[in-house]
Amino acid sequence: MTPISLACRIDRGAFSLDVDLALPGRGVTALFGHSGSGKTTLLRVLAGLERVPGARVALGDEVWQDDARKVFVPTHERGIGYVFQEASLFPHLSVRANLEFGRKRLKPAERRFDLLAVAELLGIDRLLDASTATLSGGERQRAAIARTLLASPRLLLMDEPLAALDMRRKLEILPYLERLQDELALPVVYVSHAADEVARLADYLVVLEEGRVLASGPLAATLARLDLAANFQDDAGVMIETHLQAHDADGLSHLAFSGGVLLVGRRGVAIDTRVRCRIHARDVSLALERPRGSSITNILPARVDAVGPGGTPGQVLVRLLVGDTALLARITERSRRELAIAPGSAVWAQVKAVALLA
Amino acid sequence: MLDASDFAAIWLTLKLATLVTLLLLLFGTPLAWWLARTRSRAKRVVGALVALPLVLPPTVIGFYLLLAMGPNGPLGHLTGALGLGTLAFTFTGLVIASVFYSLPFVVQPLQNAFEAIGERPLEVAATLRAGPWDTFWSVVVPLARPGFVTGAILGFAHTIGEFGVVLMIGGNIPDKTRVVSTQIYDHVEAMEYAQAHWLAGGMLVFSFVVLLTLYTLYPQSMRGTQR
Repeated sequence: MTPISLACRIDRGAFSLDVDLALPGRGVTALFGHSGSGKTTLLRVLAGLERVPGARVALGDEVWQDDARKVFVPTHERGIGYVFQEASLFPHLSVRANLEFGRKRLKPAERRFDLLAVAELLGIDRLLDASTATLSGGERQRAAIARTLLASPRLLLMDEPLAALDMRRKLEILPYLERLQDELALPVVYVSHAADEVARLADYLVVLEEGRVLASGPLAATLARLDLAANFQDDAGVMIETHLQAHDADGLSHLAFSGGVLLVGRRGVAIDTRVRCRIHARDVSLALERPRGSSITNILPARVDAVGPGGTPGQVLVRLLVGDTALLARITERSRRELAIAPGSAVWAQVKAVALLA
Repeated sequence: MLDASDFAAIWLTLKLATLVTLLLLLFGTPLAWWLARTRSRAKRVVGALVALPLVLPPTVIGFYLLLAMGPNGPLGHLTGALGLGTLAFTFTGLVIASVFYSLPFVVQPLQNAFEAIGERPLEVAATLRAGPWDTFWSVVVPLARPGFVTGAILGFAHTIGEFGVVLMIGGNIPDKTRVVSTQIYDHVEAMEYAQAHWLAGGMLVFSFVVLLTLYTLYPQSMRGTQR
C-alpha cells in the first residue's frame, strides 16, 4: 500500500497548525493529541471535508489536494471511509438501509465485502431490520463502522470513534476494531486522545501538540521515548510485543519478549499467539539489588538508559532497557537521588501490573 | 346555494394556489438552501426581502408589482419585448404576484428544516460516496420532509386567502382573475349574503382543516413560520 502524505498550514490566531507528514499506507496510524492539537482538523483535511488553502494531500501518487495545480478531489470521489465521533446514522433509514447507503453506490465489482459478513463481524446482524432509534450507543457506532466498511474504502479514517461511549461500550467495540485489522487489512488513520486506546490499536504513532508534530514513528519506539512521555501524563508507558510461550499449572502464563519473560494471569490464549502488553510507567518501581521476599512476580534486570522530567513536580521518568526492550518507570526525584540512578546504572525493575491488550 | 360564477371562482382559486405552490417549491427550495447554508453577508438582506410580505400590507406589494408589470415598469418592458403584452390584470400576472406574496410561507419552513439538518449528515453522505446532487435527494429531501409539507400547505393556504394583491393586480375579472376572496367581496357588495356565507364558511372550514392537519402531522410547525 502506498503512503499517505499530508501537509497543511493554518493560522487562525488562537488556533494554528503546521504539519508535513508522511504516514505509512498500512496498519493503524494513530494521530494522538489533546483537544485543540489539530488532530481532527488533519483528519478532515485528509478526507476533503475541510478545504484548507495551500494544503497538499495525496494517497500514493494520487493527488487529492494541490492548490498550486488547482487539484481538489471532493470527498465522495476519494474512496475513503470516515467514522465520526457520534454514530450519525441516517434517522430516516433502517439499519439495513444505512448499511447499504455507501455500498449500493458502488459498482458490483467494487464491493469488497458482503453485507451479512460485515454485520456479523460487528455483531449487528440481528439488528438489520430495526429502526436506528432503538439502538444503543455501542450498537449505533458499530452500525456506523459497518456502513463505512461496506462502502469498500481504500483508507479508513476514524475520529475518536469511542470517545462518546462509556467504558463498557468502549470495551464492547474495541475487540471489533482489532478484528477489523486482523481480517480486512485496511489502512486506518485513527484520531484519539486516549493513550491506552492508541497503545492497543495502533502500529504507528503521530503525537501532535498545539498544531505541531512532536513525534512520528512506529508505536512501540515512540511510546518509549522519554521526551514525549510527559504528553501521556499518567498514561505514560510502553507497549511490548510478546508471544505466549507456556501456561503454568498454577494459573500463570509466560509471555516471551526480546528482553526476557513476563508472567501474567493465565489467559485463554493459545501457545505462540502474539500478545500486545502495556506496562505503565506508574506500575514500574526500581531497586538496586534483586529484591527478596517481594510478592511481585515480574522482576527484571535492566540498565538505565536515560532520566527525564516526569511531568509532575517531584517525579522523574526513567527509561530502562531490558535486553533491547525499553521500559519506562515513574519514580520520585528523591528516590532517584538516594539510589543514585543515572544513565548506565544497573537496576532491577519491579513490574506491578502488565495489561494484556489483545 | 352557489352559482356558476362561484364555481368558476373556486376553480380559478384552486388552479392559482396549486400553480403558485409548485412554483414556490421549485424556486423556493434553492433559495431556502442558499439562505440556510450561506455565510455571505447578503444573507440578512435576502432574508429580510423574503420576509417582507409577512409585514407589508398586500396593497403595497400589489401596488409596486402593478407598477413593475405596467408598460413602463421593468417587468412590463421585458414582457413587452417578448411580445407578451403586459401582465397586469391577467392570470399570469396574478400567479407572479402570488409567488412574491406567499414566498416567506414556503421559504422559511424550508430554510428552518435545512438548517435543522446540520452539516453532519451531508458529510456522512459524502464519505459514503454520494455526490452533492445525490445527497440532496437521498438525505436532505427526506430529512427536510416536514419543512416541505409545512411550506407547501402554508403556501397553498396563504395563496387561497389572499385578497389585496388580487384586487390590485388581478382586477377581479370573471374566469381570469376573480378568485373566491374577491367573489365573496362582490357578493357582500351586492347584498347576496347567502352566497357570501357559503363561500366564506367554506373558506373558514377549509382553512381550519388545513391548519389542524398540519399541526397534527407536524406539531413543531405550530411555532409558526418565523424563527
